[in-house]
Amino acid sequence: MSVNIALKKRKSEILELWMKNQLADSGLREDLISNDELRAQSEELVNALVDNLNENNINNSDSPDFDKVIELLGGISISRARQGYSPRETGNFILSLKEALLEISKRSSSNVNELFEESMKLSRLLDNFTILTFETFIQGREEIILRQTSEITDISTPVIKVWDGILVLPIIGTLDSARTQVVMENLLQEIVETGSSIAILDISGVPTVDSLVAQHLLKTVSATRLMGADCIISGIRPEIAQTIVHLGIDLSQIITKASLASALQYALKSLKLEVRKVAVFKPE
Amino acid sequence: MERIPILKMGPFLLVTIQVDLYDRLALDLEQDLVKMVQKTSAKGVLIDISAVSIVDSFMGRIFGNIASMCKLLESETVVVGMQPAIAITLVELGLPLNGVYTALNVERGMALLKSIIKPANDPAQDGPPASYQR
Repeated sequence: MSVNIALKKRKSEILELWMKNQLADSGLREDLISNDELRAQSEELVNALVDNLNENNINNSDSPDFDKVIELLGGISISRARQGYSPRETGNFILSLKEALLEISKRSSSNVNELFEESMKLSRLLDNFTILTFETFIQGREEIILRQTSEITDISTPVIKVWDGILVLPIIGTLDSARTQVVMENLLQEIVETGSSIAILDISGVPTVDSLVAQHLLKTVSATRLMGADCIISGIRPEIAQTIVHLGIDLSQIITKASLASALQYALKSLKLEVRKVAVFKPE
Repeated sequence: MERIPILKMGPFLLVTIQVDLYDRLALDLEQDLVKMVQKTSAKGVLIDISAVSIVDSFMGRIFGNIASMCKLLESETVVVGMQPAIAITLVELGLPLNGVYTALNVERGMALLKSIIKPANDPAQDGPPASYQR
């Protein structure tokens, strides 16, 4: 009797054994998936695999017969990547299926040579599926990383309109060329849209200012000036002032202010606005 | 031959560039403008480049030259309405156009020109904002 047929007949046994293997694994994440869910997932996969397995496609994991299996595996590994499973846990999921399949083949065949042949084939097939699972898993992780990278870029360059005609751009983190480009584009676009005439670059969140960062700042200021707006740099910490002077960077062309508050005050003044305390009249 | 019109508005000259500049056109503009400044003894020149979407180092230099020439002829130049992409390009080309006044749009540019010109005629008036003095 061929192993494939034996496997088909003993589907429920495979599932039980596989579940036992999975549950026995110390890396089981009960916090991320309930046993029932895991069982449903496993059952679906066993059905898809064993039902489609035959003498011809056992050597060919690319066979269209396995499309369903590949689709299931892809879905499972992507969802696991998103849930935060470790690669080891994801790998064990499919490797423990191999264990179960081999064990069942052993039980259903007495011919050693035949068993060896079949086991090799099964093993190779399952290895291919494991590789596939891993590829999808890593792909899923990479998608997450890419999405986060673009989110960080978006979050880290907000342009805030603090007053009619005054924009503030708080920069947090190091300024590299790519980021300067994004910062500059956002700022200039916002200047056009709001018709602002003063932009404040707040660098209190920039950890260090070296000559390259200073050059990027100068570029942003020049571009803002070309647009017809003024650019003030605020939030210069004492250490940064020291570094700037020690490095011999010339920022004398730029209006610099120690704090965002004084920059805002300057901006209001140059727009001929003033902030006053309202006299409070106490009722009699 | 294509030429860029130069309009006289009181003591100022108004140049609105509605087409993409090519080298020949820019050189002609430079020549026409300088002649016109001399002829009308204009106190200020306002160049609107809001429709210009392409700029190269040559064009950047032309703007700088126009400003310097007008300065020699006792006239101030304000470039208005520069597109963000153009501003970034000029900065990356290392042409920050120092010495040229800039403004966001024609309205602001006119206000700026008036504030620069006024003090010369009437010292009692407020000068330009400190940040515009170069």
